Amino acid sequence: MEKIAGYPESLDNQSTHYCPGCTHGIIHRLIAEVIDELEIREETIGIAPVGCAVLCYEYFDVDMHEASHGRAPAVATGVKRVHPDKTVFTYQGDGDLASIGTAEIVHAANRGENITTIFINNAIYGMTGGQMAPTTLEGQKTTTSPYGRNIKDSGNPIKMTEMLAVLDGPAYIARVSVHNPKEIRKAKKAIKKAFRMQLEGKGFALVEVLSTCPTNWGISPTDGLKWLEEMMLPQYPLDVFKDIEEVE
Amino acid sequence: MKQEIIMAGFGGQGVMSIGRLLAYAGMKESKEVSWMPSYGPEMRGGTANCTVIVSDEKIPAPVSSHPDTAIVMNLPSQDKFAPKVKKDGHLLVNSSLIEKEVERDDINIIKIPANTIADELGNTRVANMVMLGAYIAAVDIVSLDTVKDSLTNVLPERRHNLIPMNEEALDRGYNLV
Amino acid sequence: MSEKKLMKGNEVVGEAAIRAGCRYFFGYPITPQNDIPAYMSRRLPEVDGVFLQAESEVAASNMVYGAAGAGARVLTSSSSPGISLKAEGISYIAGAELPAVIVNIMRSGPGLGGIQPSQADYFQATKGMAHGDFRLLVLAPSTVQELADLTYLAFDLADKYRNPVMVLGDGMLGQMMEPVEFKEMRDLDELPKKEWATDGAKGREKNVINSLGLVAENLEKHNLKLKAKYDQMREEEVRYDDYKMDDAELAIVAYGTTARIATSAIDRARKEGYKVGLIRPITLFPYPENRIAEAADQVDEFLAVEMSTGQMVEDVKLAVNGKKPVEFYGRTGGVVPSTDEIYDKIVAMRGDK
Repeated sequence: MEKIAGYPESLDNQSTHYCPGCTHGIIHRLIAEVIDELEIREETIGIAPVGCAVLCYEYFDVDMHEASHGRAPAVATGVKRVHPDKTVFTYQGDGDLASIGTAEIVHAANRGENITTIFINNAIYGMTGGQMAPTTLEGQKTTTSPYGRNIKDSGNPIKMTEMLAVLDGPAYIARVSVHNPKEIRKAKKAIKKAFRMQLEGKGFALVEVLSTCPTNWGISPTDGLKWLEEMMLPQYPLDVFKDIEEVE
Repeated sequence: MKQEIIMAGFGGQGVMSIGRLLAYAGMKESKEVSWMPSYGPEMRGGTANCTVIVSDEKIPAPVSSHPDTAIVMNLPSQDKFAPKVKKDGHLLVNSSLIEKEVERDDINIIKIPANTIADELGNTRVANMVMLGAYIAAVDIVSLDTVKDSLTNVLPERRHNLIPMNEEALDRGYNLV
Repeated sequence: MSEKKLMKGNEVVGEAAIRAGCRYFFGYPITPQNDIPAYMSRRLPEVDGVFLQAESEVAASNMVYGAAGAGARVLTSSSSPGISLKAEGISYIAGAELPAVIVNIMRSGPGLGGIQPSQADYFQATKGMAHGDFRLLVLAPSTVQELADLTYLAFDLADKYRNPVMVLGDGMLGQMMEPVEFKEMRDLDELPKKEWATDGAKGREKNVINSLGLVAENLEKHNLKLKAKYDQMREEEVRYDDYKMDDAELAIVAYGTTARIATSAIDRARKEGYKVGLIRPITLFPYPENRIAEAADQVDEFLAVEMSTGQMVEDVKLAVNGKKPVEFYGRTGGVVPSTDEIYDKIVAMRGDK
């Protein structure tokens, strides 16, 4: 009998530490499926971040390098320069990529570093217990914005993906979401494209994935999916912001 | 034998280059050598200097409080280093640019109109070589031929067409002393 | 060995690294070490290597972290304030047990400080580089030749211990030229194999480069494993040089270029009949504490000389352990101590003895 569904080979078959209703697991699976489909499991090095996905080196069954907070693109650069023929990806959250690691992601993108970045935006710091993130929405309550994010004091929710898309270096920049099956399918397509472009040597590719954090948002998993759709999509529209293949 | 030489002048007068040339020549003659530049803001338009040590033995301190010789290309350098020259040492003065007399009678003061000679040769920039030629004549630490041989090693390739002029400048300085 | 070349210390670092099999350099401009990246940017492409000017020192040290994890011999260099920024990456490199070489051409501090020579990063290099329970192996050359030799050696030691190694020089050593002979170019195929590196899990279990340890008991085990390496360094890697110590009554302890100036002062003092010698630590960690302890049974007193307000002198005192008086002489802020000053200090200590 033909096997039509199963556990991806690039994902270790174990339960994760992620909370109920968190979409990290879905995104992990999408990446693992893409790696399997491209048949690059033995040629891939993943860079884990600091944040909720800090332990993702336990979950992906590929060579993994755990970076310091925000520096995954720099670590990935070091790995990729040593192994230009291997596939290197970073998996980074919003605190990691959009706050402490802004310099590293901007310059990796600007160099057109031939790596793939999966950027998880859930509008909050999860691992440290629900603090305000650079992507936290206006008025959103967190442990460090108990009265709601105040734009005057804390600035605006940062749109990293739009920012990076104006650089000349990147090959592909897109924002996707995983709040329903249709968007999950689209997300996988974008992630696959971002990996394929690296294989083809086209340069830096980043996919921002809008993700849920019901635990720190203080709502139920199903309400989390709704909150993402209703609150995050207006601030973070889903789109392809740069694609050099479109131009070609 | 050991010679500690300080060479000093405006940035652009080529004191670093003649220092390197002397050090290179010393190395070619199998002597111990060191070249220590001043570095920092003075590289950009102010005064520059380097300390060269050429010795038959291993060189301990690469810096010198009391040099055997000071080669001074401008007045600020003379003011700074003339008082430091060791008793019975040498002070080589670029008399084209320095009129002020040094009030010391315990050192050997040699005045060289380096810029005038360099201008006669057609390029003010070889004034440094005139000074070095004079130094080689005054202090027998390396041979003039070795210094000339080292020009190809020290000058950047794009300046190799100027080697004959540099050699002539070395000769002119050498023959003055 | 090849023929002698007259080269600047900074450039010698680059060439020695390449000879040792280093093909990757990640750095950021800062005076007075700029000739190192400049040399590497010119030279590495000639040997199919990679030079990358990073966006920051922080990024550079994390690129080193990545490249080291990927199995390469990799170098970064900087000068004092830049090393402070590199500290993050260095701690991770030590935690993840990766080999890497870091060169610090010290300038004066604290803060932005100045660009003139200094030895004020001794504490940082030997004790307080960054957070966590770790050590660097620290090599302190005093001549351009030794800078070449120790840079070359640093890569072997880094691989031997899977630990970052620091070459600690000062602005003088980086800027000065002296004749140098380089060791042979390493055959890259004969460098130690790194089975642990992240180069794709082909036909094996996946490799993970990591410094995270959330279970205290496991992390303690890891820390003790690191300590065992540092203890092994103390057993096997201590290097120092003695100068005229046979009959010395006063032992000067100095490292790097300062040791050379002290040597000139000792030569002068010897001519005046003072029995002075020098112990020059070449490894600052591991420190030659046994040699100094042994000297404490011979000499009447010690003098530590540094380009700082007194950092290494604390290690001298620890090794002497109260047996003999230890005095200090230092200049700082970028001022280099002169032969005269050290001589005067010797006379002040020994004049009436």
